[in-house]
Amino acid sequence: MNKLLSVKQLRISFRIRDTFYAAVDNVSLSLHKNEILAIVGESGCGKSTLATSIVGLHHTNHTKVEGEILYRQQNLVQFSENQFNKLRGNTIGFIFQDPLSALNPLMRIGEQIAEGMIYHARLNKTERADRVLQLLEQVGIPDPPRVVRQFPHQLSGGMRQRVMIAIALANKPEIIIADEPTTALDVTIQAQILDLLKELQAETQTGIILITHDLGVVAEVADRVAVMYAGQVVEEAPVEILFGSPKHPYTRSLLKSIPQANEKQGKLEVIHGIVPSLMKLPREGCRFAPRIPWIDDSAHEKEPVLHEVEPGHFVRCTCWRHFDFQEEVQLT
Amino acid sequence: MWKIIVRRVLVMIPQLFVLSLIVFIMAKQMPGDPFTGLITPETDPNRIEELRQLSGFYDPWYVQYYNWMTNAFQGDFGQSYTYKVAVSNLIGERAFNTFWLAFVSTILVYVIAIPLGVLAGRYQERIMDKTIVLYSFISYAIPTFVLGLIFLFVFGYQLQWFPTSGTVSIHAERGTFEYVWSKFHHLLLPAITYAVLGTTGIIQYLRTEIIDAKMQDYVKTARSKGIPMNKVYSRHIFRNSLLPIAAFLGFTITGLLGGSIFIETIFGFPGMGQLFVSSIGSRDYSVITALVLLYGFLALLGGLLSDIIMSIVDPRIRID
Ligand SMILES: Nc1ncnc2c1ncn2[C@@H]1O[C@H](COP(=O)(O)OP(=O)(O)O)[C@@H](O)[C@H]1O
Ligand SMILES: [Mg+2]
Repeated sequence: MNKLLSVKQLRISFRIRDTFYAAVDNVSLSLHKNEILAIVGESGCGKSTLATSIVGLHHTNHTKVEGEILYRQQNLVQFSENQFNKLRGNTIGFIFQDPLSALNPLMRIGEQIAEGMIYHARLNKTERADRVLQLLEQVGIPDPPRVVRQFPHQLSGGMRQRVMIAIALANKPEIIIADEPTTALDVTIQAQILDLLKELQAETQTGIILITHDLGVVAEVADRVAVMYAGQVVEEAPVEILFGSPKHPYTRSLLKSIPQANEKQGKLEVIHGIVPSLMKLPREGCRFAPRIPWIDDSAHEKEPVLHEVEPGHFVRCTCWRHFDFQEEVQLT
Repeated sequence: MWKIIVRRVLVMIPQLFVLSLIVFIMAKQMPGDPFTGLITPETDPNRIEELRQLSGFYDPWYVQYYNWMTNAFQGDFGQSYTYKVAVSNLIGERAFNTFWLAFVSTILVYVIAIPLGVLAGRYQERIMDKTIVLYSFISYAIPTFVLGLIFLFVFGYQLQWFPTSGTVSIHAERGTFEYVWSKFHHLLLPAITYAVLGTTGIIQYLRTEIIDAKMQDYVKTARSKGIPMNKVYSRHIFRNSLLPIAAFLGFTITGLLGGSIFIETIFGFPGMGQLFVSSIGSRDYSVITALVLLYGFLALLGGLLSDIIMSIVDPRIRID
């Protein structure tokens, strides 16, 4: 297998009033060449925290990163800002959630795309300008010569996200990390952006880490999926397996919460509650246990670990073996 | 952009109307009439009554208002009670002095405040920031006249680096280089005093802007491109934070015109502010009225200037 990046036992903690609280706890993942790895989970699970600290974009003075992020035989956890700058925007591209706030409102589109090339590519000014036009073309923006002179607010949301993608692609990265790239967009635009990402990925063989809270997005583009809950990976599997035979109660409840068009009865089975806040996170035992109180304590492991239940399919804790939904919410 | 400017100027018309109405009502409440400035103890009371009739003193208020406004537009604010000359003549030369004082002060304010605000914002919570914030609070707390007198004493009387009153040396001849230099030399110490005290707002504002900008998503994007931190600051954070400061310019100038009242009095600088203070002292109502109208107008103009600058520098406003 062609591993691009592997994260081992990564723990990322934030300092809140002189105590560190782990928002990402013991996460191990790897990304292969030519693969889209989706990381899915409700908001507050630690997805963005994981994504940003891989490339060192976290606030160093109140964040602690422990463990390993292996990339090209180097551990990025120990990297300095200067070392990160050689990777960021160069071999690792980043796409953010909200393209409106992620683009500088006072800088022309062309300038924002070209900026990353100044430091990484050996191109002169005209070559850079040509490359910008070529990138805009590549991400499907009509009339590139006009768009380079425009400002972000003059473009639609979908076009802005295409610009963000062009920025990420500028130096032909081997890894792209996309943090909720479609969340801020309209549904129809979402599909277009996902298609574009998939197309570009096939074309360039890039490895993509796609972060989302939307299983619909996962089903559409991912090759492999890691489900995160409260800072941990609770289930990981190739996409067909995850949708075909989901195991962990959290995964199953996420899948259940997607409204199915073919379901006749208006019965929606849901699990109540939300992801606990950082300071209230249960640090011992199964972190999902409080949300499924009807499952007996003995069903959970004392210190839940990931079990390989079939090749390539990992599930945390043993509670899934005893889990079933409670029929409690009746919608008519 | 022109559309915005035209629209903005149109908005000023009702503002001006309200301003003039308020000043007019105020003027009517004041004792005296347009001839008080002409009256001497020898003037015949019947003659005064006659003049009043002639000038429309007994006309309905809107007629009076109309006449008053038309005169004001032509620069006729009546006669000064004290100086027995046309108010417009009295204000003219002084407005010119005040304008230059405000101009030099503004430049100094920005020259001091921008680097300090930028450094404080960039090195937030560090020694550099704390020192600058301390300076800005101290300068905010010191009354103008205290610092003015200290500067006057130290740099004027003790060190004799600067002249201590007036706007120009009596030996300088109009039109020569010495004349211009002397003018500049005279307004430098008042301007420095003002600038040292007038930077607080801009420093604090800029500092907050920069701290705020640092948290913006586009800064994260810039960092995700692998741009060195210095460039992230200069190309993204500073650029975007300085923008609202540019819009401050109009208000700074307006504030200066008001602030110059103290400065001019302390430094014996014959400008509008000093005239205002002395007119209040001598109850020279026609001058007071004209100056209030002028100050109000300049305040509106400052707002207009700020908005126009904003529409020039901010593409989000520029386009639509
Ligand atoms: N800079 C920070 N300081 C303190 N807590 C943070 C910080 N960033 C995120 N968190 C907390 O960490 C948890 C994970 O957040 P995040 O990674 O943004 O989740 P997600 O992207 O999955 O929605 C949340 O509880 C959030 O409140
Ligand atoms: Mg997030």
